[in-house]
Amino acid sequence: MKYVTEYRDATLVRGVVDEIRRVVTRPWVLMEICGGQTHSIVRYGLDQILPPLIELVHGPGCPVCVTPLELIDKALLIASQPDVIFCSYGDMLRVPGSDRDLFSVKAAGGQVRVVYSPLDAVEIARQNPDKQVVFFAIGFETTAPPNVMSVLKARALGLKNYSILVSHVRVPPAMHAILGSPDCRVQGFLLAGHVCTVMGYHEYPSLAEKYRVPMAVTGFEPLDMAQGILYTVRMLEEGRVAVENAYPRSVSFEGNPAAQAAIHQVFEDCDRTWRGIGMIPMSGWRLREEFAAFDAEKRFDVGAIQTKESPLCIAGQILVGMKKPHDCSAFGKECTPEHPLGATMVSSEGACAAYYKYGR
Amino acid sequence: MCLGVPGKIVEMYEQGGLQMCKVDFGGVVRETCLAYVPEAKVGDYCIVHVGFALNLLSEEDAKETLDLLKQITDIEAELGPNPSPA
Repeated sequence: MKYVTEYRDATLVRGVVDEIRRVVTRPWVLMEICGGQTHSIVRYGLDQILPPLIELVHGPGCPVCVTPLELIDKALLIASQPDVIFCSYGDMLRVPGSDRDLFSVKAAGGQVRVVYSPLDAVEIARQNPDKQVVFFAIGFETTAPPNVMSVLKARALGLKNYSILVSHVRVPPAMHAILGSPDCRVQGFLLAGHVCTVMGYHEYPSLAEKYRVPMAVTGFEPLDMAQGILYTVRMLEEGRVAVENAYPRSVSFEGNPAAQAAIHQVFEDCDRTWRGIGMIPMSGWRLREEFAAFDAEKRFDVGAIQTKESPLCIAGQILVGMKKPHDCSAFGKECTPEHPLGATMVSSEGACAAYYKYGR
Repeated sequence: MCLGVPGKIVEMYEQGGLQMCKVDFGGVVRETCLAYVPEAKVGDYCIVHVGFALNLLSEEDAKETLDLLKQITDIEAELGPNPSPA
């Protein structure tokens, strides 16, 4: 496959890792923001062939993991209502709420449907005018353009039975929170390649400068990851702070202007609570007042919610790179992908799920 | 969710006011919305997330990157293994 096969070429990857080995003279701690990249690293064994001087810590870029418990509980309450068809990306179904998950709502007779694209949820709403169709609009900057387009399409179709439950988060405020913490160990960042595909990387140079931390925009194939690590380590060794682009075939400085325009037409910035981490100021997006009719939180009165987290789970510390999955006493014991205590064990982007699946 | 897969646009059409297309991911074909890449044409490669193309891949940049990394790898082969303990 073009744009895939050549970026999995083992000889090339080894060559770039050899170059990293040649360049590195001191220990460095790098964080990959994106959970998709965590899985790439562990799946292709990059963590095992990199020089031991380089430590990779895993960031909070797992949308399923950081969706706040209160919103999961709201989703569960809305999905349980008789006239609702609740649509979601598949990853969300097994995420533990305070006392159950969306799978158990489905098993109890609730209409929970997995959709591939939010436009599928709009189509379900069109075909079921007597039902309320709710889409669980979660994610980072990558899923925002698709999610807002579903609202724009529903409005164009004049649908009165479509709404979205929004839990959108943004990468730069989370990096701000991580770098501003007195316990922060991160010295360099691999920036999430597809977030930057949408948003560009113009938001990052000021962040890099403020905290004196170099960054490289990084893709998802093993060769892309090795290249991103090489660029970041080179800057660290040279004492240089910059934002370099190691994924230029997909990412431009400006990003995708059409996608950004649609996001800003429908969403506005807001404070957002991240599961396991807490509230990060202006780190999320919510629907603008103009689109309030499509806001599931306004359409359904679910009352006050009392949330309850597992006392064993340390997902919050894992999500900010303070701890690794093995540091958790429940890892692989009380907590497995079949019976997860925390969202990091569920998602195809969660660090605990990656460690469990690939035997770390 | 952020993994996004590259595929090739093989057919374009309009549906419900949106520019749509079929994208071929090495044999698996999925319907994809092109609203965010108005400049797309059949034969282009794009990164697709949850049914939406988020960009068109730049062939020129892809080639430049691969050439650069091949160069690094060739230099490695010429210099031999790294003698430092790192």
